[in-house]
Amino acid sequence: MAVCTMREALNQALSEEMERDERVFLMGEEVAEYQGAYKVSSGLLQKFGPKRVVDTPISESGFAGLGVGAAMMGLRPVVEFMTWSFSMVAYDQIVNNAGAIRYMSGGQYSIPIVFRGSSGAGLQVGATHSHTPENWYANVPALTVITPGFPDDAKGLLKSAIRSNNPVCFIENEKLYGFKDEVPDGEWIVPIGQARIRREGNDVTLIANSASTHVALGAAGKLAANGISAEVIDLRTIKPLDLPTILASVAKTNRVVIVEENKPFAGWGAQVAYEIQHRSFDHLDAPIERVTGLDVPQPYARVLEQAVMPSEERVIAAAEKSLA
Amino acid sequence: MATAGAKKTRSKEKPGKSPAVLPILTATERVDLLRKMVLIRRFEQKAAQAFMQAKIKGFCHLYIGQEAVAVGSISTLHEGDAVITAYRDHGHALARGMSARECMAELFGKITGCSRGKGGSMHFFSKEKHFHGGHGIVGGQTPLAAGIAFAQKYNQSGAVTVCYLGDGAVNQGAFHEALNLAALWKLPVIYVIENNEYAMGTSQHRSSAGDPLVKRADGYDMAGITAHGADVDDVREKMWDAVQLARTESLPSLVEIKTYRYRGHSMSDPGHYRSKDEIENRKKEADPLALYRERLYKEKALTEKQYEEIERQCVAEAEDSVAFAESSPEPEVNTVFEDIFAPEDQMPEFRPPIGS
Ligand SMILES: Cc1ncc(C[n+]2csc(CCOP(=O)(O)OP(=O)(O)O)c2C)c(N)n1
Ligand SMILES: [Mg+2]
Repeated sequence: MAVCTMREALNQALSEEMERDERVFLMGEEVAEYQGAYKVSSGLLQKFGPKRVVDTPISESGFAGLGVGAAMMGLRPVVEFMTWSFSMVAYDQIVNNAGAIRYMSGGQYSIPIVFRGSSGAGLQVGATHSHTPENWYANVPALTVITPGFPDDAKGLLKSAIRSNNPVCFIENEKLYGFKDEVPDGEWIVPIGQARIRREGNDVTLIANSASTHVALGAAGKLAANGISAEVIDLRTIKPLDLPTILASVAKTNRVVIVEENKPFAGWGAQVAYEIQHRSFDHLDAPIERVTGLDVPQPYARVLEQAVMPSEERVIAAAEKSLA
Repeated sequence: MATAGAKKTRSKEKPGKSPAVLPILTATERVDLLRKMVLIRRFEQKAAQAFMQAKIKGFCHLYIGQEAVAVGSISTLHEGDAVITAYRDHGHALARGMSARECMAELFGKITGCSRGKGGSMHFFSKEKHFHGGHGIVGGQTPLAAGIAFAQKYNQSGAVTVCYLGDGAVNQGAFHEALNLAALWKLPVIYVIENNEYAMGTSQHRSSAGDPLVKRADGYDMAGITAHGADVDDVREKMWDAVQLARTESLPSLVEIKTYRYRGHSMSDPGHYRSKDEIENRKKEADPLALYRERLYKEKALTEKQYEEIERQCVAEAEDSVAFAESSPEPEVNTVFEDIFAPEDQMPEFRPPIGS
């Protein structure tokens, strides 16, 4: 067990899986010679050579689609988007090709591809560069959507994603690349589709993902000082949702606050809230609260952007409201 | 406008000449090309009929008039080479050797269809025949083709990919991204523009700046080749160059083939954008089936009696495909939940049962 950053953990996962399976290759803008826009692919070109660590032109639609074509032929591409905000110009390839070819062909093809890269707001890069698109991709039936919040999960889940025979959107968060934590050495697999309780509590359940888990944990610490015991669930995988973990926690706390950086309308939290009220109505003692990114394009100025992001203060207020 | 004689344009230095020469076909093989074209036409006519009877629903884009393009080009390929196209895909599928039965059954939405009734007219697939679709988004298949060729090169399989697209599709960004990637990475892929002069109701001159379309190869330093799409021999000859370039030197090309579709864009097209005369003239001037049949007569490779027999067989095969489609069962409703996810084999399954 060593302490390492999220980017190092992701790098280990890529390196180990490329070592293990010749069919795995990494492709994207600046992944090779530049060593990665966020240094996630640092050293991989030197280790695996240009056949398997491939610098692309700035053609997201082109190389995302190329990856899908290669996956149809049995290769296992890892396609890096410099940020997921840029995946929109490749949306057709991800949704209609990665997302539908197996189905449209009556099951003839597997599409073992991972799309991955950074995402998220809070770094004052404005509306075009700040998206958290997990809800967009979770809306596509055949896509698996993973959003790790900690280095150990990042490593273990990326290894799983690469080993999956199905298309996976692996959505990292830029704010977390430098976050350090313990990561098991070598073979370390985290199963897809399992949430993780990051803090146990009895009074209210905070359901979060990715960077929002850290906001929820911060809020839970402060709530504890006020005598409120909050349980924090990190979903880790957005799709498929781990309903058993969510519902068990709701049965214990009877109160829920959802924390997500997503914009509110049809954000994943809306789906979680629906599932809870539908399946555990009798366990709820208060309406489900949601703390989301505000429904505005992401602004640049610090004070404006901070107002838009989910914050500990907003989470605390929501938890107190649900307990009132 | 009559299609010009084939001309070849190469940007800058020629990226190498192909060593092998186009194999000369035997009379039997030539007759077989004709047979394939006739089969496609008769199949499409039966599909049109079934569509009018509302047995086929949705969009149905017919290939009538363009038969020599698919048949000529695919005849230059090896069995293991890959083919991918857009939604006007029945002709390519048949030329690739998929059965009329599985194709017609797909149009009828039957479980015996080539995509188990889940794809429909625009989404034929046969992995076994290396026919990788059938793609409904204009231009969306062009990056996939680059990826298939990327995999062929990665695996050193020696196979090549042919990707068809329309004259309208050349204006999609994805196509240009794919051309650049193919040229930059020297991928063994041939992009074939089937220029039938119209994208739905929009003629080439109303949608594309720059003529001929093959000039778009220049910007990417790719070989640009043109062929006369009504002449199956010319298509074969020009495609052969492109295929050899891909096979022996791993170089992509752009091939523009001038052709014409006789029917509407789809079965739901009233066709107000062109005159009946234009269509009739084109049929008379350069019908791919008539042209080739007459050539084979002249060369004494075919007799009228043999041709009648071919016609009879192809009509019978098309009719048989309709009978097969009609008598095939509908998909069981629970198959709607199948074919979404490939089984996992490197980890336990992690998805809850669908619909739970
Ligand atoms: C992205 C996208 N835009 C529009 C359409 C609707 N559409 C289908 S076919 C077509 C015309 C394409 O023409 P062309 O590329 O020349 O091919 P052809 O139909 O002549 O074979 C259009 C506009 C579509 N399917 N996809
Ligand atoms: Mg056209």
